[in-house]
Amino acid sequence: MPLNIDNDVHRFRTIVKGRVRKDLRRFMQSGELLGRQGDRIVSIPLPRIGIPRFRYGDNEQGGVGQGDGQPGDAADGQPGDGQGQAGEQPGQHVLEAEVTLEELAEIMGEELALPRIEPKGHKHISSERDKYTGISRVGPEGLRHTRRTFREALKRQIASGTWDAGRPRIVPVREDKRYRSWKTKSEPQSSAVILYMMDVSGSMGREQKEIVRLEAFWIDTWLQHNYDNVQARFIIHDAKAREVDRDTFFRTKESGGTLISSAYELAWRIIEADYPPDEWNIYPFHFSDGDNWSKADTKKCLTMLQERFLPACNQFSYAQVDSDYGSGQFYEDLSGSFSGDERLALSRVPDRDHIMDSIKELLGTGR
Amino acid sequence: MAHESYFFRARRGLPRELQEAQTWIEGIASGYGLQFCETVFEMCDWQEINMLASYGGFPTRYPHWRWGMDYLQMDKSYEYGLQKIYEMVINTQPAYAYLLDNNTMMDQKLVMAHVYGHVDFFTNNAWFAHTDRKMLDRMANHATRVRRHMDAEGQDVVETFIDMCLSIENLIDPHLPHIRRERSESEREKEAARRAPGYARMPARHYMDKYINPPEFLEEQRQRHQDRMAAQARFPDSPVRDVLGFLLEHGRMRPWQRDVLSIIRSEAYYFAPQGQTKIMNEGWASYWHTTMMTRDILTDAEVIDYCDHHSGTVAMQPGRLNPYKVGIELFRHIEDRWDKGRFGKDWMDCDDVAVKRDWDTGAGLGRDKIFEVRRTHNDVTFIDEFLTEDFVREQGLFTTTWDKKAGHYVVDSREFGAVKQQMLTMLASRGNPPITVTDANHGNRGELELTHAHEGMDLQLDWAELTLGNIARIWGRAAHLVTTVDGRRTVLHHDGASFTVDKEGKPGAGEKQQKEAS
Repeated sequence: MPLNIDNDVHRFRTIVKGRVRKDLRRFMQSGELLGRQGDRIVSIPLPRIGIPRFRYGDNEQGGVGQGDGQPGDAADGQPGDGQGQAGEQPGQHVLEAEVTLEELAEIMGEELALPRIEPKGHKHISSERDKYTGISRVGPEGLRHTRRTFREALKRQIASGTWDAGRPRIVPVREDKRYRSWKTKSEPQSSAVILYMMDVSGSMGREQKEIVRLEAFWIDTWLQHNYDNVQARFIIHDAKAREVDRDTFFRTKESGGTLISSAYELAWRIIEADYPPDEWNIYPFHFSDGDNWSKADTKKCLTMLQERFLPACNQFSYAQVDSDYGSGQFYEDLSGSFSGDERLALSRVPDRDHIMDSIKELLGTGR
Repeated sequence: MAHESYFFRARRGLPRELQEAQTWIEGIASGYGLQFCETVFEMCDWQEINMLASYGGFPTRYPHWRWGMDYLQMDKSYEYGLQKIYEMVINTQPAYAYLLDNNTMMDQKLVMAHVYGHVDFFTNNAWFAHTDRKMLDRMANHATRVRRHMDAEGQDVVETFIDMCLSIENLIDPHLPHIRRERSESEREKEAARRAPGYARMPARHYMDKYINPPEFLEEQRQRHQDRMAAQARFPDSPVRDVLGFLLEHGRMRPWQRDVLSIIRSEAYYFAPQGQTKIMNEGWASYWHTTMMTRDILTDAEVIDYCDHHSGTVAMQPGRLNPYKVGIELFRHIEDRWDKGRFGKDWMDCDDVAVKRDWDTGAGLGRDKIFEVRRTHNDVTFIDEFLTEDFVREQGLFTTTWDKKAGHYVVDSREFGAVKQQMLTMLASRGNPPITVTDANHGNRGELELTHAHEGMDLQLDWAELTLGNIARIWGRAAHLVTTVDGRRTVLHHDGASFTVDKEGKPGAGEKQQKEAS
């Protein structure tokens, strides 16, 4: 028999999906389920809807804490908001589970209903590995299985009545000998490379970077979950593009204009040099605020996408982070030229709360 | 009495082992002097207990999406092994408490001991004296009424209105059940008579009259009386903290809306004392579960599990205040002080550190004192009266403040005065800004004016806009909120459709501002 709560759960789900009461969807926040992954705390996405109230602005009020630390030291956690109900409120016990990345990816996949990615056909390279799996009667002495051999000898001696419990001596003969045997297995190996490209021109602010960082973390997690071997390369660009390491990628702040084609050209050179498309699953992700320098450059980008990236890659993803300065024109250009093309995934991320929606848009096709 | 457990798939009852444990623990609790009403323990599986928890401990609530949202959150937390609910008890008579069916026997005994502490607190603490102990029936009744309105008006319409009411759920006056804010009609009349215009005239013979009652004096008195009457003509004549109650009484609503609002309000008042006594209530229950478990209940084999569990409950997360921990330690601190006679004038006057350290008059009053404290105090008075410098130091309490540059909280001060002040501020407001109804006929247009008594913290403006809009829609006319933003008096206006802000001192807004003031 269903529980009473099922109706309320159903109602909440319908609202979240935007089927009824669309006005409420704008209060949606991404949820707060926290798990630990190694040293870092990651939050597991669960939708929540906030009910507006009169309340103090974030970080307006100080708090009281307990523990070590000198004045000026960082105090973890939020200040107590003083809310909550005693007694009636359930006593909750935080179990602080360690969630592995693997589990996280599964949880995320489940919450966002992401399909598992099908690796591209014929594109796995097979590797051969020897595995000791069985026993045989013939083989080199070096692989003799001593325990099995003596067991066989003991069996034979007992069966033939030559076994003397008072003087337990076991002498294997040639027929008793057993050897380890192996099988050669060929294992399909699917490898993927993620090419992150980010626009670091003046218009991309700190919040935009943070959004890219969060989104990239989840994309990483999901693709790692789907492939044995995932490599990531990072490209930043303003009017010029250069390859950087992960750390620099997320920290750099540059200024100046934007030539998106510069990043695409560099990305293509990397693909050509290191990742032949018939062996690799290639996932370029491009984050920008959508402000390209000139129409001519945009046109160049569109041609490159059409002629090079789309045929070679599993999927080319473009996520546009809203900023105060960006015109967002590039998104329009892309969606205008490639509407309906499954190989190009487009998404817009107005703010943090839309990261999960955006991930779903980018990875939802399971390509 | 008729059993309320019809909502469960089948009432399983307690296994004999647990029934025996309950009788045993109940005896122990009474032996320590705890006084409680009949307590019923229900066995639940984790889905049921999550459902009950999302319903605030009750089996039936009115239909609303937020229960579903909370349930999903708990359900996932449990599924992914992040969090698990151990105990839950509701303030009713008889009291209902829930046991999770796959807990170990040690856990069940611990929960029972803890629950008896809570039930004793509900029964005896003065702040719970006015709560409705038949809330189980009332909640079910509320659910039926809301369902009926939904049938008549449509689910979306009623739910939208509930959301509006919930957004002002915190605008209540938690002291209302305990005192009378409004003067009765006869008192008002008496006062009016005393202030009547003739009253100022002293009896005098006619030739003395202009000396004893000089005309300027009489004129002045008349003027004052008029002013007073004008002030009285303001409605409400003094600020009203119970905004929900005020809207309920004077707002322009349809009958079903009034009914929904009254439901939200009565539930808010029911839960209010639990918010006011969080630290005490959890502290008291934890004090008793440790006392009973360690002295009477635990077997040798259970000690390790118990310690593991207990330390989890009172664990401090760095930089955060755990009410269980602060509560239990403060009760122990009080018990210790009264056992050793560390109170009263002699103790206060003594400033010899060595004498104070070894102070022990053998008074032995600790137990009596904590029982008295649990009867009369709430969190604010509990901290105000019993938080001592020693306690703050021993417990390592500190205040935190937001470091804008670093983007996180930093330790601010370990000074006793600062810690106490901060705790009291937090407990007194409970995160709810003090907002009152100050004028129900604003601008002589029947609009509602609310005033936020600014205490150094600004409101979050985007939420304030939405909330004010909800108030305007419930009130039926425009609503205004007087507050302070960035140190400047600011008035927010919402007429149910559009929102405007007037900031004092801002160029261009001066003219509008004047209109406001007149």
